[in-house]
Amino acid sequence: MYAIARQRILGQSFQKMRPAVSVLRSYSSAAKQITVRDALNSALDEEMSADPKVFLMGEEVGEYQGAYKITKGLLEKYGPERVLDTPITEAGFTGIGVGAAYYGLKPVVEFMTFNFSMQAIDHIINSAAKSNYMSAGQISVPIVFRGPNGAAAGVGAQHSQCYASWYASCPGLKVLSPYNSEDARGLLKAAIRDPDPVVFLENELLYGESFPVSDEVLDSSFCIPIGKAKIEREGKDVTITAFSKMVGYALKAAEILEKDGIYAEVINLRSIRPLDRSTINTSVRKTNRLVTVEEGFPQHGVGAEICASVVEESFAYLDAPVERIAGADVPMPYAANLERMAVPQIEDIVRAAKRACYRSVPLAAAA
Amino acid sequence: MALSQLASSSPSRSVNLLKPLLSAISLHRPISTDTTPITVETSVPFTAHQCEAPSRTVQTNAQELLNFFRDMAVMRRMEIAADSLYKAKLIRGFCHLYDGQEAVAVGMEAALTKKDCIITSYRDHCTFVGRDGTLLEVFAELMGRQAGCSKGKGGSMHFYKKDSNFYGGHGIVGAQVPLGCGLAFAQKYCKDEAVTFALYGDGAANQGQLFEALNISALWNLPAILVCENNHYGMGTAEWRAAKSPAYYKRGDYAPGLKVDGMDALAVKQACAFAKEHALKNGPIILEMDTYRYHGHSMSDPGSTYRTRDEITGVRQERDPIERIRKLILLHDLATEKELKDIEKEVRKEVDDAIAQAKENPVPEPSKLFSDVYAKGLGVESFGADRKEVRATLA
Repeated sequence: MYAIARQRILGQSFQKMRPAVSVLRSYSSAAKQITVRDALNSALDEEMSADPKVFLMGEEVGEYQGAYKITKGLLEKYGPERVLDTPITEAGFTGIGVGAAYYGLKPVVEFMTFNFSMQAIDHIINSAAKSNYMSAGQISVPIVFRGPNGAAAGVGAQHSQCYASWYASCPGLKVLSPYNSEDARGLLKAAIRDPDPVVFLENELLYGESFPVSDEVLDSSFCIPIGKAKIEREGKDVTITAFSKMVGYALKAAEILEKDGIYAEVINLRSIRPLDRSTINTSVRKTNRLVTVEEGFPQHGVGAEICASVVEESFAYLDAPVERIAGADVPMPYAANLERMAVPQIEDIVRAAKRACYRSVPLAAAA
Repeated sequence: MALSQLASSSPSRSVNLLKPLLSAISLHRPISTDTTPITVETSVPFTAHQCEAPSRTVQTNAQELLNFFRDMAVMRRMEIAADSLYKAKLIRGFCHLYDGQEAVAVGMEAALTKKDCIITSYRDHCTFVGRDGTLLEVFAELMGRQAGCSKGKGGSMHFYKKDSNFYGGHGIVGAQVPLGCGLAFAQKYCKDEAVTFALYGDGAANQGQLFEALNISALWNLPAILVCENNHYGMGTAEWRAAKSPAYYKRGDYAPGLKVDGMDALAVKQACAFAKEHALKNGPIILEMDTYRYHGHSMSDPGSTYRTRDEITGVRQERDPIERIRKLILLHDLATEKELKDIEKEVRKEVDDAIAQAKENPVPEPSKLFSDVYAKGLGVESFGADRKEVRATLA
């Protein structure tokens, strides 16, 4: 906890002065940039090194070095007994992973994308999430299900769905979604150490992005608490909540809004379940306006839950209706122009924020 | 059966002939601690697939046979009592009874230690008892009380006993098979030199995830034994209507299999011992237990719309597992009929006492609605139906 408090103070002073994500600022002589991919890889490496009960399982995680190279080098380092290549049989290998967790091992099961987790969803929900409750605490399930979630680029309808709201609705699961390298390291380490089943939603398009990390983040004991959102950028006029890739978009939207005199507070949720209602509500009580941003389908989405939470807890503080920016309510199309319309863009977030601030432009004509 | 015993020539035979004489002389006979070996032949030989069948000659002793008798009597009485409790509406929801199949549970336990793991389906009451679960834990759980093995949170389908390596108790047909292979994986990972028995029914035998798990178990050489408790009906669907090939012991293809008379506790014991040895060295093996359930699929199913009453009574008369052991005990003069009846009376009282105790046991505290959602609750909030009325902080 002490480490995290220190991190917050560092982070907040960082925020006020840092204009854009991609610009490197070195405050200490040792500030480093690492990609999200390397952040995840190093987290897996360190946790496997620290605890012999941790093992990896999934398609191509071993000899192929990982479909997205997240598990690169780990087979060579830890051997085939701890890094296991599976056949393309999600229901089978996920069940095996959960069974191993019943016995007390700590599996990290990779889904090549979370779209394939649907093949195994019974084991995630019925075998993993509910077991501790049904057994009154006898059978805990210290498993992590990780992999890329949400839209990539041009991969079409069956490979682009965001599963955050589906998994986050289920009691017994913890659902995390990192944005930057610090999130990736800290949340994955926390997930592996956590005794409950954790769904860890990464983003393929973020894997290659570099972010600055402090020495503290690089330390092997670094961990981010589960259930706490992070205020990436402070503001006073409107709260924007986001997770994963959309945090980057929200931050860019905030820069654009600042030019128009609107100071947005950007909250990186980090944890979808438990949802940090406290941080969100505190922020909305300060700004009085809320825009929720997510990539996934809008109906029954994460934004819907956040909106309901704010209406229940902070209704009197709202000066405008809550705005939701989400993926389009259609299966993901392939054509680039349509795909662009199917995921939120920065201008969508800007427009919604202006609407929330009663500074909107006239509505575009219906398509 | 008597013929085959006369045919075999084991040295213990001569001892048995002396027994009636000795019993007439002795007034006090230790009926359950005698471990003098007795050799018995299984009812039918084993049928093997991709392996050599074990011998149908089984070693047992008086202690074991009497334990079998008693344990099965407990299980039988328990399930019949559960039937009454369900009809009295003290048990709610689902209740899947195991009476008729007791030999599988007791035979298996005789071949295993508590270091070996067992995982099964929702028809789990007797398997739980075989793993040293108490009658109070059973009835209290069925009635949703605090003293239940899952503290009333699970119900009939979710019995667990981790300290005996019993991993439930699963409601989703077939899910327990990959889970069981996962347990076997963990045992191998930890170098525990123990095995996992994953039990499933003839209905679950067609589940895809079973073949996925078997494939991985065979590739990774896991000490997993897949036990198909073939009671010939998947709910109301007879095996020939559900499986193109109801030779479940062969369905593993590359994995060896054994077909076993599941109503013969000694055959079950022999097969399980054989399978354990095999799995520790050579990876997964399938055991098909030819068994039968007297009750319907669950308490909502009379069990007679898809089976004839003649069939049910026929099995009861010809193949009942408890009767088989009773005959064996009497044949070898290990106890008198009266002694066995006394055991059954004792068992009945035990069951009745447990039920009475369970009835007195309180329901869980309301705060328990929110307990054990997580192993580590992180202090987050959870909500009741009306979140403005009922909220809790998860520890």
